[in-house]
Amino acid sequence: MMDKIKEKIQNNSRETRQELRGRILTYCAIGLILIVVISIFLFVALKGIATFTQDKASLKTFFTGTNWNPGILGSDGKPLVGALPMIAGSFGVTILAAIIATPFAIGTALYMTEIAGKKGRNVLQSVIELLVGIPSVVYGFIGLTVVVPFVRDHFGGSGYGILAGSFILFVMILPTVTSMTVDALKAVPKHYKSASLALGATQWQTIYKVLLKAAIPGILTAIIFGMARAFGEALAVQMVIGNASLLPTSLLTPASTLTSVLTMGIGNTVMGTTANNALWSLALILLLMSLIFNILVRWIVKKGRM
Amino acid sequence: MNTKLQNKIAITIIKAIAIMVVIILAFLIGRILLQGLPHISWHFLTSPSRAFTAGGGIGPQLFNSLYLLLLTLIISFPISLGAGIYLSEYAPKNGITTVIRMAIEVLSSLPSVVVGLFGFLLFVVQFKLGYSILSGAIALTFFNLPLLTRNIEESINSVSNLQREAGLALGMSKWRTVNKIILPEALPGIVTGIVLSAGRVFGEAAALIYTAGQSATNVNFSNWNPFSSTSPLNLMRPAETLAVHIWKINSEGIMPDATAVSAGASAVLIIAVLVFNLMARFLGNYLYKKMTSAETK
Repeated sequence: MMDKIKEKIQNNSRETRQELRGRILTYCAIGLILIVVISIFLFVALKGIATFTQDKASLKTFFTGTNWNPGILGSDGKPLVGALPMIAGSFGVTILAAIIATPFAIGTALYMTEIAGKKGRNVLQSVIELLVGIPSVVYGFIGLTVVVPFVRDHFGGSGYGILAGSFILFVMILPTVTSMTVDALKAVPKHYKSASLALGATQWQTIYKVLLKAAIPGILTAIIFGMARAFGEALAVQMVIGNASLLPTSLLTPASTLTSVLTMGIGNTVMGTTANNALWSLALILLLMSLIFNILVRWIVKKGRM
Repeated sequence: MNTKLQNKIAITIIKAIAIMVVIILAFLIGRILLQGLPHISWHFLTSPSRAFTAGGGIGPQLFNSLYLLLLTLIISFPISLGAGIYLSEYAPKNGITTVIRMAIEVLSSLPSVVVGLFGFLLFVVQFKLGYSILSGAIALTFFNLPLLTRNIEESINSVSNLQREAGLALGMSKWRTVNKIILPEALPGIVTGIVLSAGRVFGEAAALIYTAGQSATNVNFSNWNPFSSTSPLNLMRPAETLAVHIWKINSEGIMPDATAVSAGASAVLIIAVLVFNLMARFLGNYLYKKMTSAETK
């Protein structure tokens, strides 16, 4: 009899055992996610580096060369892996899309936070949620049937190219940038605005000189998030960019991006060959750029707090 | 006078921009639905696709999309739930937690094509699963995990601390408090998050091209044995989804009625996303009313 009580006191209770089990379950879940992230980086990095270690391609050609033909050796005996056209294409569409999207996003966000009543705000909130929800292939299809003919008729060229890609990306990143800008504007303390209005500033002066200034770190973060999304977007861009690995000379000539070459190429190359490894190097750049965008955001947030 | 005029102009411009954004959306949705709805019929939704002749449907693709969505949610929900509970309840405030949060953030901002390629490398090539529904579902899980985890964490965080204290004061373990008290209250938010993520998964294509594959094999819809290779439930068969189908017929273009089929398929995708959106709102509100005393007040 005594032993039973002793046992009960000395051993863990049911609650404690349950707690332990639960704890272990959550640790496993979070551990799994960590493993996934680490292995993504590890695998893609190992594959991506092989172009330079195994196939002896030079880093300099990779970033500055314009001849992308990784299956063939150049005159110096090294594979032709000039990725500059793709890198330029990716940055081109990303930056152009961000330039078009920023005024729209800031305008819409200002309307939602400063001008609209409750009804207008709700309408725009739903609009943004719906825009986020439209799948990227649908954007690509709209791009093919609407944007490309539009660009061809009004700007010239074949219609395929960086301009068409930027138009599509602009709509795709608009909701992200807008909703984050709204958050940034909402985070500005109310008394800033009151003080400005009390000094006799007009609504626009208050927006321009106080609100936007105070919200700059948040708005920059929003733009960078949008750019990160644009940089990584694959199918919608691939469908309208024209897919020619030439260094883009104008916004209207067919070009290619890192993602478009990847989506087209991986299926057509054999694992382990130079041509395939070179594609993994492009994937590695995508991965690193996404990391850089992340670090940039963190840096801005930190700066903004100071 | 001058500043007042300036003010007026600026406000008008802001209003014009907001109206333009609404017009863009209205144009997009209107265009897709107007172009696509005439093509949608029972025949279109159920018959198999044809590669070289007109008149094909999207039956297998539609089924594959739904099946993949279901599998993805089955795999990703328990993991995200565990991770969300960890982050909101158990995570200590230290460097390791910061690293974990950063990792999740990085994962959520990775381009989906990179996630797909990783899935291709690890599951299709290394584990020799081939282009299969299973590889696709796992790749989509990676894509879905960070967002669902964050959503679950936020939903759990929004539950008042009083509830936790009440649970602990009753002598319940933390785990039981979370399971029996916190999760039910957080459920409406979690369900909304799941449905919204379902909308995203349903339309994703870049992560699937090289994991679930680009071909819809002949499936026999009267054979429901999951181990038979012609069964629609078979996990190891390649499965082209609706979104991948749209991409493929537009970039390869050998189908004579590619535009019509993609218009119809796009309309189906958009309608699905709209339904998911509405469902998220409705289910969230409904569950909130059902599970709390909100309606008695």
